[in-house]
Amino acid sequence: MKFTLSWLKEHLDTNASLNDITGKVTALGLELEGVEDPTEKFAPFKVAHVVSAEQHPDADRLRVCQVDTGSEVIQVVCGAPNARTGMKAIFAPAGSYVPGTDMVLKKGKIRGEESNGMLVSEREMGLSDEHDGIIDLSEDTAIGTPFSDVFAMNDPVIDIALTPDRGDCAGIRGIARDLAAAGMGTLKPLKAPSYKESGKSSIGVNIDAAAQCPLFMGCLVKDVENKESPTWMQNRLKAVGLRPISALVDITNYMSLDLCRPLHVYDADLVKGDITVRLSKEGEEFDALNDKSYIIREGQTAITDESGILGLGGIVGGVSTGCTETTKNVFIECAYFDPMTVARTGRDLQIDSDARYRFERGVDREFTVEAIKIAAQLVIDICGGEASEVVQAGSVPDWKKEIEFDPAYTKKLSGMDVPADKQVSILDSLGFVINGSKVTPPSWRHDVEGKADLVEEVIRVIGYDHIDAVSVRSNNTVSDSAETKNITRMRGARTALAARGLHECVTWSFMPKGLAAEFGSNDNGLTLTNPISNDLDQMRPSILPNLMTAALMNADKGNDDAMLFEVGPVFETAKTDGQRTHAAGIRYGQQGEKHWSGENANRAHDVYDVKADVIAALTAAGVATVNLQTAREASDYFHPGRSAVLKQGRNVLAQFGEVHPAILDHMDIKANIVAFEVFLDNIPSAKKKGTSKKLLHLSQFQSVTRDFAFIVDENVEVEQIVRAAKNAERNLIDSVSVFDVYQGKGVDEGKKSIAINVRIQPVKQTLTDAEIEGISQKIIDAVAAKTGAVLRG
Amino acid sequence: MNIADLKTELTGMVEAANDLDTLEATRVQALGKKGKITGLMKTLGGMDPEERKTTGAALNLLKDEIAALIASQERALKKQALEQRLATETIDVSLPIRPEAHGTIHPISQTMEELGAIFGSMGFQIAEGPDIEDDWHNFTALNFPPGHPAREMHDTFYLPDDPEEQGEAAKKLLRTHTSTVQIRAMQESGAPIKVIVMGRTYRSDYDITHTPMFHQCEGLYIDKNVNMGHLKGCLMDFARAYFEVDDLPVQFRPSFFPFTEPSAEVDIGCSRKEGGLKIGAGDDWLEILGCGMVHSNVIKNCGLDPDEYQGFAFGLGIERIAMLKYGIPDLRTFFESDVRWLEHYGFDPLDRPNRATGSK
Repeated sequence: MKFTLSWLKEHLDTNASLNDITGKVTALGLELEGVEDPTEKFAPFKVAHVVSAEQHPDADRLRVCQVDTGSEVIQVVCGAPNARTGMKAIFAPAGSYVPGTDMVLKKGKIRGEESNGMLVSEREMGLSDEHDGIIDLSEDTAIGTPFSDVFAMNDPVIDIALTPDRGDCAGIRGIARDLAAAGMGTLKPLKAPSYKESGKSSIGVNIDAAAQCPLFMGCLVKDVENKESPTWMQNRLKAVGLRPISALVDITNYMSLDLCRPLHVYDADLVKGDITVRLSKEGEEFDALNDKSYIIREGQTAITDESGILGLGGIVGGVSTGCTETTKNVFIECAYFDPMTVARTGRDLQIDSDARYRFERGVDREFTVEAIKIAAQLVIDICGGEASEVVQAGSVPDWKKEIEFDPAYTKKLSGMDVPADKQVSILDSLGFVINGSKVTPPSWRHDVEGKADLVEEVIRVIGYDHIDAVSVRSNNTVSDSAETKNITRMRGARTALAARGLHECVTWSFMPKGLAAEFGSNDNGLTLTNPISNDLDQMRPSILPNLMTAALMNADKGNDDAMLFEVGPVFETAKTDGQRTHAAGIRYGQQGEKHWSGENANRAHDVYDVKADVIAALTAAGVATVNLQTAREASDYFHPGRSAVLKQGRNVLAQFGEVHPAILDHMDIKANIVAFEVFLDNIPSAKKKGTSKKLLHLSQFQSVTRDFAFIVDENVEVEQIVRAAKNAERNLIDSVSVFDVYQGKGVDEGKKSIAINVRIQPVKQTLTDAEIEGISQKIIDAVAAKTGAVLRG
Repeated sequence: MNIADLKTELTGMVEAANDLDTLEATRVQALGKKGKITGLMKTLGGMDPEERKTTGAALNLLKDEIAALIASQERALKKQALEQRLATETIDVSLPIRPEAHGTIHPISQTMEELGAIFGSMGFQIAEGPDIEDDWHNFTALNFPPGHPAREMHDTFYLPDDPEEQGEAAKKLLRTHTSTVQIRAMQESGAPIKVIVMGRTYRSDYDITHTPMFHQCEGLYIDKNVNMGHLKGCLMDFARAYFEVDDLPVQFRPSFFPFTEPSAEVDIGCSRKEGGLKIGAGDDWLEILGCGMVHSNVIKNCGLDPDEYQGFAFGLGIERIAMLKYGIPDLRTFFESDVRWLEHYGFDPLDRPNRATGSK
């Protein structure tokens, strides 16, 4: 919403400076978007006297002028044909920014003659397209007068952003009213129309859609001349960014901006019969003034005559009865349209108009007869003619409501102590009617519904700056931990994975439906009905495809190795409980660049890397990972032979492995990717057992280690051997590590050799050789019994 | 041989021994069982007591002197030998280290943890809610009347209706703000309540300053006497702690949100010079969040009595405040997963936000 300072002062009697006013609009909740003060923009340009204009010695078309700027006489080279001795012109000094040429002037020599600035044309000043010569002012213009004064370009333009609740300030009078309430001056009374009504309107009005249009009024003005609107009106419209069209149209635009009263003007001679407001029928056609044609759905608010639709109520008028320069008789419409209906129709047809903007926010319900008469007066003043009596169908909708007003509530809700009489005077100045403990908001306020709204009115007029800040403190001196269990786990997993060298990403919660299907998504309930693009249409069943896509994009930018993870939501169903939290990651390419220290530094990421990622994330999320079992139950999108889940009993906590080659193929990924998913929701809550850890017993006796090599069937999984060995003598066996896995020469086909190192930790006394031998035998027997392994000879 | 001559001879031998083997041979020659000093010692028995006494003392002295001399020579030779060995062991220490992966925490997560730490220290608990919501929780319960233009401003993503639900509960959508969790938290825990919510939000908008998914932090504090002064204090304290500017100017100005009344937007002071933005006292303001006193209809919709309970709510864009604090110029880059960006703007996993630590 733009307005100029002088326009505001039409309604506001004030001595306040521009700065005071712009500061106050923001404080009132009419957020200042910007101020453009042309006096500042045009400050360097002043009236100057051309003392002499001589022919340039070296160029036929140039003149060398001596210019008196008021403070000095300087030389300017000018190419304008009308430059002449004795004229008054506008001088632009070197260093000034010339708006019409978008250039900063520089001192220079033109064909050898020094030039210290420029005498400017109207086009160079952005005034018009005139460029046949420089601006030629009347001789009595005083030297040194600012350009902005000479051309009345001295009216600052103020731009504010309106919140949706403040429709009343979509007119300059509303802004003036708010400013007056806040002590920025007094609101001037509206000038009453003074014309004499002459006869009845030949066009009648009817309403067949009272819910959508409770009130419709018209006034016929005969014998008008629809010429250009007067300069003052054109200047104001131009200043706020509207293009003047013709007097009649400009008057409606002016009323809309000035008084927040959208109107419509019909060429009365083109209206067939009376005007009826009715609901549209399916398929009715209509050519709108925005140069578009519409086929209207059933049930829109249509302004019609015998020929069909003339306009859509509160949104846009039609071409068939539009006013042109030949219009002789004009019919002015002033109606009230239901905000919700206007909003819906406008949205459905995607028409943004100034009328819609105001009607959907709600216009002043009582400003009706007076409004149409002010409009008629403007038409008569500008275009001449005689106005009929006002015709009316329907009536002003019932809008009055009473709100409980308790001055003490202002303090309770806002913390601001405002004396009751001050509160009353503020509400009064905003047009509220106070009747004891009841308040009736004014007819132009659609947003005031309850007692909290009254508090807002009072404190915004005083200013939020006057609310004293009170710190919010924790109930306890030491605040409680704020995290939920889920957040704690997410944080743990995130920190552990980043500490392992992976980069945390945040990717979209949606992905292409086709790709999601490859990752198990089959729920159409998770397909967006209005996706922003076709490749972001399905809520993700897994984070992995997004990370893989990210890896591809990084590869395109020359980053072939990536370790990425994300901790975030995935979606199983659209139900409230259908959301899961995963920590998922991928490793792609090599560990690092080729390196002098050997091949290990840049080996490819493999399944055991992501297994370690999983274990780290689970540990950080509070799981005792030593007791987890691996099982070949990973999802279909993993390589069947190179993937597994980690389980606690039947509870699957994570899966990891190589991504299935078919998926890589589908995604056009050439390299292997190893990936993992940790199902954070599946982690059981730790049983509350206090903060203390299990007591640590450190043995004083030296531990011993023994190596064993077993030959087993190649299908036997090493985890079984390790578990069997560990369980052979639980109290004494501290750890079992695997240090060799071998197949090949010396080992029969179908078999493999597994070498383990067992650390035995005596607890009560040093073990004798015989005892150690006994334990070794138990290990061999246990492993043999569980896996069919034979000690390698 | 007299003792003085012997001393001269042995000293010369020790000093001449320029490797450890020669030195050991010299030690045997001088001090060994068959060595020269030992040999002389053996002659003491044939001397008269007076002579034995003086000669014995002199020999013992010589023995100690030579032993000390040998020890010193040995140290010197060992040192020399070590130096020679070390000289052969020189490596190129300028070679680069073995590659180590350094992971990073995403700025959104870092900012969320910072927010958790700040609001946690004011006594807020974190609450959570689902990303897929319904019309009631996202709009109606938050006092957006059906058909209201404010709903339209949200550019909502919709999902197919849930066939097992009816009416507004069936109309599924992606939450457009974290305010939905205000409703869920109040319905679940009643009042008093003091929570923050951080999570993903979605709006159908994609340009230089909008992404279809972004993150919000919501705050809700309801009790019997929570007023706008508390709202102001809470957010001023937050802004100053978060941006680490003690005297950061914070401005509240009236605004409009359907679910708060009165409503406010909050600006922080800044200055813009030569294209750079500096947070702190300056000649300009920067909007960072919206807030207000929870609308009585919202409190009612959650089953609480608005005549008994009142309080404030606020919502801020996590990416926005992260961009401001850490000087990240482009919103869209948060979601591109470009490793170069993650390495540059990401955070060390060992640097977890905590109100007790940090630098001043």
